[in-house]
Amino acid sequence: MKNTKSALLVGVGGQGAILTAKVLVNGLMNAGYDVKMSEVHGMSQRGGSVSTQVHWGKKVYSPVIGRGEADIIVAFEKMEAVRYADFLKPDGIAVINDYELPSMTIAAGLCEYPEGCLEAMQENFTCHVLNAEAIAESLGSAKCMNIVLFGSMVKALGMDGIDWESVISETVPPKFRELNLKAYRAGYAAVD
Amino acid sequence: MKHLLSGNEAIARGAYEAGVRVCSAYPGTPSTEIFEALPQYQEELYCEWAPNEKVATEVAYGAAIAGVRSLCAMKHVGLNVAADPVFTASYNGVNGGFVVVTADDPSMHSSQNEQDNRYYARAAKIALIEPSDSQECKDFLRTAYEISERFDMPVLFRTTTRVSHSKSLVEFSERIDVPPRPYVKNTPKNDCAPGYAYQKRPKVERMLKELEEYGNSCPLNRIETGDGEVGVITASIAYQYAKDVFPEGTSFLKLGLTNPLPMNLIRDFASSVKTLYVVEELEGFMEEQIRAAGIPCIGKEKISNMYELNPQRLRQMLFGIEPETKELKVKAVSRPPALCPGCPHRGFFYIMSKRKDTVIAGDIGCYTLGGSAPLNALDTCICMGAGFSAGAGMAKAFEVTGRKKKVFGVVGDSTFFHSGMTGAVEIIYNKANVIPVVLDNHITGMTGHQDNPGSGYTLQGEVANAVAIEDVLRAFGYQKILIADPQDLSTMEKAVDEAAASDVPTAIITRRPCLLIKRMKHDIGKCTVDPEKCVGCKSCLKVGCPAIMIRDRKACIDANLCVGCTVCAQVCTKKAIAGKEN
Repeated sequence: MKNTKSALLVGVGGQGAILTAKVLVNGLMNAGYDVKMSEVHGMSQRGGSVSTQVHWGKKVYSPVIGRGEADIIVAFEKMEAVRYADFLKPDGIAVINDYELPSMTIAAGLCEYPEGCLEAMQENFTCHVLNAEAIAESLGSAKCMNIVLFGSMVKALGMDGIDWESVISETVPPKFRELNLKAYRAGYAAVD
Repeated sequence: MKHLLSGNEAIARGAYEAGVRVCSAYPGTPSTEIFEALPQYQEELYCEWAPNEKVATEVAYGAAIAGVRSLCAMKHVGLNVAADPVFTASYNGVNGGFVVVTADDPSMHSSQNEQDNRYYARAAKIALIEPSDSQECKDFLRTAYEISERFDMPVLFRTTTRVSHSKSLVEFSERIDVPPRPYVKNTPKNDCAPGYAYQKRPKVERMLKELEEYGNSCPLNRIETGDGEVGVITASIAYQYAKDVFPEGTSFLKLGLTNPLPMNLIRDFASSVKTLYVVEELEGFMEEQIRAAGIPCIGKEKISNMYELNPQRLRQMLFGIEPETKELKVKAVSRPPALCPGCPHRGFFYIMSKRKDTVIAGDIGCYTLGGSAPLNALDTCICMGAGFSAGAGMAKAFEVTGRKKKVFGVVGDSTFFHSGMTGAVEIIYNKANVIPVVLDNHITGMTGHQDNPGSGYTLQGEVANAVAIEDVLRAFGYQKILIADPQDLSTMEKAVDEAAASDVPTAIITRRPCLLIKRMKHDIGKCTVDPEKCVGCKSCLKVGCPAIMIRDRKACIDANLCVGCTVCAQVCTKKAIAGKEN
């Protein structure tokens, strides 16, 4: 694990975490890093909890990380931040979307959405919390929420050495280019 | 230039580069994307979805007999279905190279069990090749064809979820042109009749022996020499984890050809280090054989044979190093997968959930989710096809012991063609008291929307002959076939009642396309709740739709998730839910 960094992108199936990971990976590849990315398909797509891992450095072996090994968690949904919190290093960073998606068990009234997700994360880790949905909607579409979060992640990790705007332009479909560039800038600006 | 590819995409690229000409598969996580990536090479190779893994394997094997390189692919449990041709192909051998890809699923991310398919290679007495990243997926596949042709046997090419679904950098090579080998009729070789099989039996042992000898020096097996203190024998994804966990100076014997094991190479390596570890995911497949050869090693007494490994788990199990983590006061509640909003299966399962006198034998697919709360409308789920046949067995057991239970067997359209048809024959032939139900959504859903014999399209998206499920059932002898739109609850309920009361062989087909089929236009709308009329009775929650929840004691529909299927509106006793148009 020496000299490598790892990011864990977590959310709910359909939130666009995979596109975010793709932007990250493309930028890292262009910058000459060895990169591995891991995701799980199948059952988890049907509204279940999903996680995508990106691991980069001069030389990377394992595509996956275990508990206590992630440098950053980007949570597209706040309860998912809590679910994966033990993957974070004690000095790791969390970028959390202040967004609540009840699970089927909660919607069916079998249990309650846990209270204090954000506070629990903030007590333990360096956290950047933003309402990426509201930011995305103010830019024109909730669909670019994922790139808003990506902008925040870049700022939080201090990964300014890579020209992310051109990476985004090359990765997203042309008709969404402007929207996603705005989303990136807004997300970046949302982190102090 | 390097390309970021998943292991599955790299296998597809590898097939192209290795000059493969015929490819057949049935989708199954985590193997599916291999074949989704093949049509881009269709100028050079033929590829298809077969009705099941056994058919796919036989198609590919037939092509190999005819003299071309061929590929089939499946998830681990698919090999259970396809085992029959593989075991005999081992005796008959090949003409063009023949590779069977099995994608195992440690931790059962999308599977019903955690079987370790390396044992199939031993049992079938064939070569086993295990890549550990995407580059190896591509490169090893080419070597797999050389091995298949040189040693006259099928090659089992085994990945795991993390090999198949992780993306890493891959350098491409040129495609090699492999001219077809002549096809010459050769009955003693290609006929498995007992007399011929008896004669071929010693060849199988001889080839394995020669292959083991080859393994001692083949490029798939390599040594990374360290300081001689600690040595690790490993393969597949476990190699990557071990590289992260063991300190610098550790020697590695990294195996790519793992059946037969190159025991001379292993013995030499073992004698070059003071302490030997065998690091492998799931069972002690290599370790058992290494120990049996009298070589002491550390392995499964420390490394669990359950669930997938990762560097942290391995470090903890081997060296007792606990990860540094922080304990949170708040706990996340579970987020199980659910039928999508607007899923056509919902209406059927809702109707079935109200029938308390009924046993429902389920099957593998999106509709397995009909067994989750709050629908709870499945009694069993075993394997592809068992919805009909296990249902038949339960019905027989109830019948011979005088217990009155109505049994419904449930399969999807793709599963019907996969192995549901034989169960439908069993029911009619042996007069089993089961109502077979085919949930026809025109697609193979759970694996990510692949076409099947009923969908009317091929893997390449070309128009195909669509096999009509009702025609098949009618030909089997079902006298009454009730076709219902599952989204229309009163029609659906009527069909279920009518089938249950019928005294002639009766089957049900629920028919409505999956909303995620991209080539179709879907009638999408939004349902809304009138808070004045809603009394908060929660009847609508019983349909198990992720778009409905209770907020401030009233039903509330998430407009981002709702697609306006109106199933919730149909169950609302106060008519408080309306479609957008109304």
